[in-house]
Amino acid sequence: MKKEEVPQDSDNLHEGTFKQIMYAVDNSGNYVQVQSAGWEPENIALDQAWEEVNEKVKAARARVAAGEISPVAYYMEKNLMDLALLANYVGKFQWQVKRHMKPGVFKKLSPKMLQRYADAFKVSVTELVQVK
Amino acid sequence: MSNSIFQHKQTAHCESGVISNLLGHQGLQISEPMAFGIGAGIFFGHLPFVKVNGVPGTTYRIWPGAIFQRVCKRLGVKMESEKFSTPEKGMLALDKAVAAGIPVGLQSSVYYLPYFPPSYRFHFNAHNLVVYGKQENQYLVSDPVMDTVTTIDPESLSQARFAKGFPAPKGKMYYPVHVPAKVSLEKPIQEGIAQACHFMLKVPLPMFGVKGIRFLAKRVANYATNPGDRKATLYLGNIIRMQEEIGTGGAGFRFLYAAFLQEASVVLKNDQLSKLAGELTQTGDLWRNFAFAAGRVCKSRSASDVSYKELSEMLMTCAASEEAFFRKLAQVKF
Repeated sequence: MKKEEVPQDSDNLHEGTFKQIMYAVDNSGNYVQVQSAGWEPENIALDQAWEEVNEKVKAARARVAAGEISPVAYYMEKNLMDLALLANYVGKFQWQVKRHMKPGVFKKLSPKMLQRYADAFKVSVTELVQVK
Repeated sequence: MSNSIFQHKQTAHCESGVISNLLGHQGLQISEPMAFGIGAGIFFGHLPFVKVNGVPGTTYRIWPGAIFQRVCKRLGVKMESEKFSTPEKGMLALDKAVAAGIPVGLQSSVYYLPYFPPSYRFHFNAHNLVVYGKQENQYLVSDPVMDTVTTIDPESLSQARFAKGFPAPKGKMYYPVHVPAKVSLEKPIQEGIAQACHFMLKVPLPMFGVKGIRFLAKRVANYATNPGDRKATLYLGNIIRMQEEIGTGGAGFRFLYAAFLQEASVVLKNDQLSKLAGELTQTGDLWRNFAFAAGRVCKSRSASDVSYKELSEMLMTCAASEEAFFRKLAQVKF
């Protein structure tokens, strides 16, 4: 990649402020550091990854509203966690967290357990219980 | 120990960048490509069974921490490295080090670093940054992939250092305690090159090195049927991101390694290395062409069998080019 070819495909994902370093060759063939504002394929891939996340969050929110799953499942998606990671954060087994995703079981959780979930998701208990 | 102000230099990759910045602070000037090369950072691996968010893992570099260990060993740098059982202990140790004027490297999760654009904040736990001071209850941060120095509040930093998941950083904190006043780079460079060639050519598993690229190519050829269109674009997206996102220098570290070879050829007075650097640049451009084509497939969202076959062939070309390159590199006489 030549210095002039270093991509400058700025994208709102970078918020216009973030520039990364790339190594590219100058006219005499020497490698130099050049700042890049981003590159289209990377922007596409990143966009796509977020779209996937957003779709999952949206689906989870709808299912919470329909009473099919508990807020735990919704906040898990929202925080880009998977079952293993969430279980690790709240100090429970995966099957226990899975149970807590049932609305009926979730309703009976102790205040202490709710607090642990709230901490893991960085929200208050009130926010945890009432998904907006 | 020097007490001078910490010099922040933006780099392409966090691990080699932190090494370069920390050692530079102690008077041992070593560029990022040099650190990357001596640490034999270049690699390839595709692990369909290790899934992150349901997507198979692909890597263009050696596992986290390896570059660090190797550079320290080869240059005779002694590092003090600690992990902690609780965030309180970890933050206390950090405060002590900072009060003593020692800039320290920290392993952290990207997800909890508020100074990153939100779009980059995924649960990635092997990021490295330097904390070099504390002012008004804010830590002064030199994050090597950032343009300039920044600050972070104690709570976020604590969360980032003690993130759960794999690999759990457990507050890992490290700093050099002994840096040799003078180092000779010849031998470390040669050892680094030999090790990189070994990892790219001789690992007896199909997922790694040049074989790993072909392994991925064969899987991509069948992406239309396995895992099927929708997932296939996600898989492709991940391959691109591992290759082009912050911290890769573009083209999956290939340009970074080429820059190392160029520097090495000056140190060792060996023209062959600079010629090989030129060849690796071309290989890097092949990788970029692949990313561009793969990006288009991602964007169109559905692709014909033919386009996956084409992508697969591009990967095969990358593999052939890398194999030829590393075979020549392994033959270079010093």
